[in-house]
Amino acid sequence: MSAFQYPDNLRYTKTHEWVRVEKDAAGGTTAVVGITAFAIDALKDLVHVELPPVGRKLQAGQEAAEIESVKAVSPIYCPVEGEVAAVNSELENQLEHLADDPYQKGWFFKVRITDPAGLNNLLDAAAYQKHCESESH
Amino acid sequence: MDGDSSVLLKTPLYDWHVAQGARMTEFAGWAMPVFYTSIFQEHHATRTACGIGDISHMGRLRFEGPGAAVFLAELLTRRVGDLKLGQIRYSLITNYEGGIMDDVLVGYYHDEYGQPFYVVVVNAGNREKIVRWVHQHLPPERANAPGQEVLFSDLTRLWAMFAIQGPRAIDVLQPLVDVDLDSMRYYKGHLVRILHPAAQRQGGIISRTGYTGEDGFELAVGAGVARGVWEAILELGKPFGAVPIGLGARDTLRLEAGMPLYGHELTEEINPFEAGLEYTCYLTGYDFPGRDALKQLQQQPLRKKLVGLEMAGRRIARQGAAIFQGDRQVGFVTSGVFSPTLQKSIAMGYVPPEFAEPGTELLVDIRGQRELVRVTALPFYNRNRKKKNAS
Repeated sequence: MSAFQYPDNLRYTKTHEWVRVEKDAAGGTTAVVGITAFAIDALKDLVHVELPPVGRKLQAGQEAAEIESVKAVSPIYCPVEGEVAAVNSELENQLEHLADDPYQKGWFFKVRITDPAGLNNLLDAAAYQKHCESESH
Repeated sequence: MDGDSSVLLKTPLYDWHVAQGARMTEFAGWAMPVFYTSIFQEHHATRTACGIGDISHMGRLRFEGPGAAVFLAELLTRRVGDLKLGQIRYSLITNYEGGIMDDVLVGYYHDEYGQPFYVVVVNAGNREKIVRWVHQHLPPERANAPGQEVLFSDLTRLWAMFAIQGPRAIDVLQPLVDVDLDSMRYYKGHLVRILHPAAQRQGGIISRTGYTGEDGFELAVGAGVARGVWEAILELGKPFGAVPIGLGARDTLRLEAGMPLYGHELTEEINPFEAGLEYTCYLTGYDFPGRDALKQLQQQPLRKKLVGLEMAGRRIARQGAAIFQGDRQVGFVTSGVFSPTLQKSIAMGYVPPEFAEPGTELLVDIRGQRELVRVTALPFYNRNRKKKNAS
């Protein structure tokens, strides 16, 4: 099943986060983080997001946020080591539209990356899609 | 699918659910649909039009014979002997300590030869336990006592059962059955002919009952014709906006309606007084298991009481979450959902009577954070009843 889009310019995790790497004005590197269309479809009926405070230092793989649906609550992990630089406070009011635009309007938080080497551990779109196919069987 | 589907029980509609692309889950040992499109959509369809759910997993136990009425009166907390033909009652089954073993519906019918029988509908997760309990109280010498014989059978796998719920349920179902549904009162049931070739001339039992807080019906039909009848109902329902609904919406609907769910609000560690079900306990009639314990409990002050809870925020307080008053744990949450109708996070739980007054502010621990919660009167949702059906 490949009804979902996984843009080629993003990196992915096995826990269904996506990462867009951006250069910031100060010359540093920022990771914009969200969750994939596959994850949003699996969660369904979203009711709430809990975002991290700006300034929190996170390890790669550390729980950073949570998303709650009628049926369950799911953690969102920080894909790379860094410090939270911004959060998408608009998200709570547009959860029902998250599925329409998961990779632009649907970002959760931005992390100022402190260990750029960690980006090498992330999946590309093709590898992530394979991972999803193996999970849905 | 969560869990190994090969060991799960399947309803006669299992293949249909899978073919529709339903999200399937394990529930009480059965493979059941959680939703087909989304819980919210199916919930709203039921509140505004009609939701049709497969509830074949629920246990259907049949009792007949001259000793059946007394046998059931000595098993259930509620009166049975005075049931009128076609009448249905909500009742409990308690253990010897007065703890709740199950909550059931008991209905009284006559078969096509005019012979009386009772149907007791039990929770899917309790069926095996209750069947054992029945056998324990119905040894051969009692079942075969001359003049007081009791014939007991578990019909669960022989029948399918559908819940047709919502303001348009009556319009959806009326063309399918040969009884006038408008004149059928709440908690009444009837043997019916099913006026559709898919039923292959078989009949069924229809009742004006449900678990959604809406007007509606439950229909039991033979397993062999279940899929055809199910598809016929969906087809009849289309012009009215009826949709199939899964167990996800069934849960949000019943919680808004303040209805308890076994394994959550009701367990063997909870007695009927705590659950607000005192009215189901007939303590001056037949001696059923737990009656003496309940007489004792009735004299004692309540230790805890079932309440409705409304969260200040949108996070959901789920089963097991601790309820605090200041720094002291005073209670626990039994069920919680986000209410699609009220657009609020709601829950039910047990607290001591001194904190059970609506308006009382308490805290609930959600994954280490204390969130504000307010005690509210149940139910959270009340439909506008048509006057002529109010009883």
